[in-house]
Amino acid sequence: MDYIIEMLNIRKEFPGIVANDDITLRIKKTEIHALLGENGAGKSTLMSILFGLYKPEAGVIKLRGKEINISDPKTASHLGIGMVHQHFKLVEDFTVLENIILGAETVKNGFLKMDEAKKKVMELSNRYKLYIDPDAKVSNITVGMQQRVEILKMLYRENEILIFDEPTAVLTPQEIDELMDIMKELSKEGKSLIFITHKLEEIKKVADRVTVLRRGKCIGTYNVEDVTKESLSEMMVGRKVQFTVDKKDITPGETIFEVKNLSMKTKGSTKNTLNKISFKVRKNEIVCIAGIDGNGQSELVYALTGIRHFDEGQILVHGEDWTKKSIRYRNSHGMSHIPEDRHKYGLILEYSMAYNLILQTYFTDRFQKRGFLKNDSIHEYADGLIKKYDIRSGQGAQTVTRSMSGGNQQKVILAREIDKDPSIMIAVQPARGLDVGATEFIHKKLVEQRESGKAVLLISLELEEIMNLSDRILVIYEGELVGDLDPKKTTIQELGLYMAGAKRDEVKA
Amino acid sequence: MSNRNSMNQFFDRLSRKKGTGSFISSLVAIGIGLIIGLIILLISNPREAFAGFFTMLIGGFNDGTRSFGNVFYIATPIIMTGLAVGFAFKTGLFNIGASGQFIVGAYVAVLIGVKLPQLGGFQWVLGILAAMAIGTIWEAVPGLLKAYLNVHEVIASIMMNYIGMFMVNYLIKQTVLNVYTNRSLAVAPTANIPKMGLTAIFPGSSINGGFLIAILFVILMYIILEKTTFGYELKACGHNRFAAKYAGINENRSIILSMAISGMLAGVGGALHYLSGAGVYIEVVDVLAAQGFTGISVSLLGMSNPIGVFFAGIFIAWLQIGGFYMQRYSFVPEFIQIITAIIIYCSAASLLIRNYLELRQLKKDENLTADSDGDTADIVNVENQGGDK
Repeated sequence: MDYIIEMLNIRKEFPGIVANDDITLRIKKTEIHALLGENGAGKSTLMSILFGLYKPEAGVIKLRGKEINISDPKTASHLGIGMVHQHFKLVEDFTVLENIILGAETVKNGFLKMDEAKKKVMELSNRYKLYIDPDAKVSNITVGMQQRVEILKMLYRENEILIFDEPTAVLTPQEIDELMDIMKELSKEGKSLIFITHKLEEIKKVADRVTVLRRGKCIGTYNVEDVTKESLSEMMVGRKVQFTVDKKDITPGETIFEVKNLSMKTKGSTKNTLNKISFKVRKNEIVCIAGIDGNGQSELVYALTGIRHFDEGQILVHGEDWTKKSIRYRNSHGMSHIPEDRHKYGLILEYSMAYNLILQTYFTDRFQKRGFLKNDSIHEYADGLIKKYDIRSGQGAQTVTRSMSGGNQQKVILAREIDKDPSIMIAVQPARGLDVGATEFIHKKLVEQRESGKAVLLISLELEEIMNLSDRILVIYEGELVGDLDPKKTTIQELGLYMAGAKRDEVKA
Repeated sequence: MSNRNSMNQFFDRLSRKKGTGSFISSLVAIGIGLIIGLIILLISNPREAFAGFFTMLIGGFNDGTRSFGNVFYIATPIIMTGLAVGFAFKTGLFNIGASGQFIVGAYVAVLIGVKLPQLGGFQWVLGILAAMAIGTIWEAVPGLLKAYLNVHEVIASIMMNYIGMFMVNYLIKQTVLNVYTNRSLAVAPTANIPKMGLTAIFPGSSINGGFLIAILFVILMYIILEKTTFGYELKACGHNRFAAKYAGINENRSIILSMAISGMLAGVGGALHYLSGAGVYIEVVDVLAAQGFTGISVSLLGMSNPIGVFFAGIFIAWLQIGGFYMQRYSFVPEFIQIITAIIIYCSAASLLIRNYLELRQLKKDENLTADSDGDTADIVNVENQGGDK
């Protein structure tokens, strides 16, 4: 068989842990090979070895059957190995074209030959259907286009082996479909792709073969056709995973949270960012706001939680007018908020985990006395939550939050917000960037909230999450609610039509 | 072999401890600064370079208890300005206006010291309290501008520096001018801060109770920042103002209070310096007070931590005293400023060293908890930290 790259019996140790234990990964020419594993399974370590960032303790890397030594990323690039990182490495102030040629410029007498470069980039762009605007500044283009720029960077350098590190984590459903097409196109044109992911759906859609890693060990390599989603997830997690959350049949109770005619104006535009939004969330109910990213979801959440002022409308909680209430009042009177961006809003990364767990309650008598923090009670409280929510970290409550993994950081927020015993829980993309196990945990907790008589408002981009969890789906499009759907009676396709603005109903509270 | 292992473990534990990273990086910065200083000495006067360098290093030991006490005397005002700058840094603000707050504080202290001898033993206390008040007002103005009009605090503070300097020059001429020397009049003996027994320990030096007052403020600031809910709020704003807002912390209030307290500290520094009874007077010259800018150096070197600032202040004062005695070898005392400047450059670079140490630790920790996959963003964040500040 013709393998383009082979990593044979790779072993890599870090003090106290074997990150890669006798792992063998063989990539055939022109295939899309998925690398599946939970956070911490050793995917990144393995790819870092292939990219020359780490040196393995044991094992051999072969390129087209010949043994090679990859000492640094530059060598990897020369050998035709390119990588699209999960967090793009682009210069914001440069144009698309400048970013693509950066580090591989063609120069004549010290001057850049931009025209030639542009011609080559546009050729590539057309050939692989990677549509870009070469003269746009990177800071002004969409995330999807930024990713296409990253892909073009690899193609411009004539890389043959392309590594995609969790490429779909930052994309909308439509962009994900586009990317899948691009990946298929690339393999058709003779490139070999390694696709790092923990999303099973995408593997089924696009990959030819899949290698599963778990806790540093290689579980096996399979043809995607021969395995089911269920068996893949079992191999990845090491136990059976529930994809659908069990939800009891409960009739929703009285209205807890009500929004009336909420509007937010856009500066310098006659079109409102949010326009006359009205809805209710009742006791024992999960209401989901679905929509393509950037249709006003973030602004709506800012308005509901008091982070941003809005121009018209009313917010009622238990019939009490909260329109003008401060953030602190909302925080401490029954509103919980799991923010979209956990690094920007949810956590102070420099603070310890204990200090983050009291972020909205540090001023209560439980944690302070005459202005002095009661460190004993703070730590006691933190230790309790750590146990209850199984938050893992290096040094317990003292751990600096920055050093924790994404899943555990999210658990810190979740623990804090649920422990407040809210009447209304606003969760924005709570499972963003998390693996299957962590996602399952968070979904279970949200359903528990519903069952214990809370009102839950979920804002999500993931259609599967929406269909699974919600009792009612509201679709937002260009700042307006355009659909009020029952997940039992609707389909993902129909939901997609509403999200794209192709279909709309009158929505009343 | 086992010996080396236990050494490694020791360093591992050391570098894992909170704050050790910054402490080590400050030491590295000082070391590099001194080496470059020695090279400059060698270039300018090779014959006496080593003797001069040695004199500088032994700083406070040059003249027994006298020079030792003077180290603390010199350190007192720059510890105060260092605390001022550091306190603002903790809230994510840059108080570059310590010079202005220092000089207006000095002026009101001297004014009370000259004009109100009838107060007796309370004169110096009132002088310090007045300096606190005016310093507070002086930096609260940029704080208010920042909070409500989003005027950058650096611009506003620089303006306040010049307003302070020219206003004090004018007011001295109007109120307390010694026309023969073109500087402020001597304050009444009761306006000088009592020696509080310190001259008994360091005979012949200019040390006085001001040093103890500075220590008091160091402890006070440490407690505020580390132990109180107020400090929790201020630091939260400094680290991540979005998350602070999310937590319901009033950001504007934090900005204004942090700036006001910062100004107060620098103002006290002015009073402590000019009520020291060491024969210093406010000169009527168009030059910003040097202590304000030295405060920035002290704060950087002390990593904005009150305890760190205390030792950084003493260290810089130590070098300054050393520089004074270097004149024996025909080196100008300004030479110390060059070395201090190099050390500050290095401590800026030491942020990089610290980040490197943190990064290394982070990687280790991540691998230990086997959670290395998910958030490479964190590592990138650590790398960027230097640039953020």
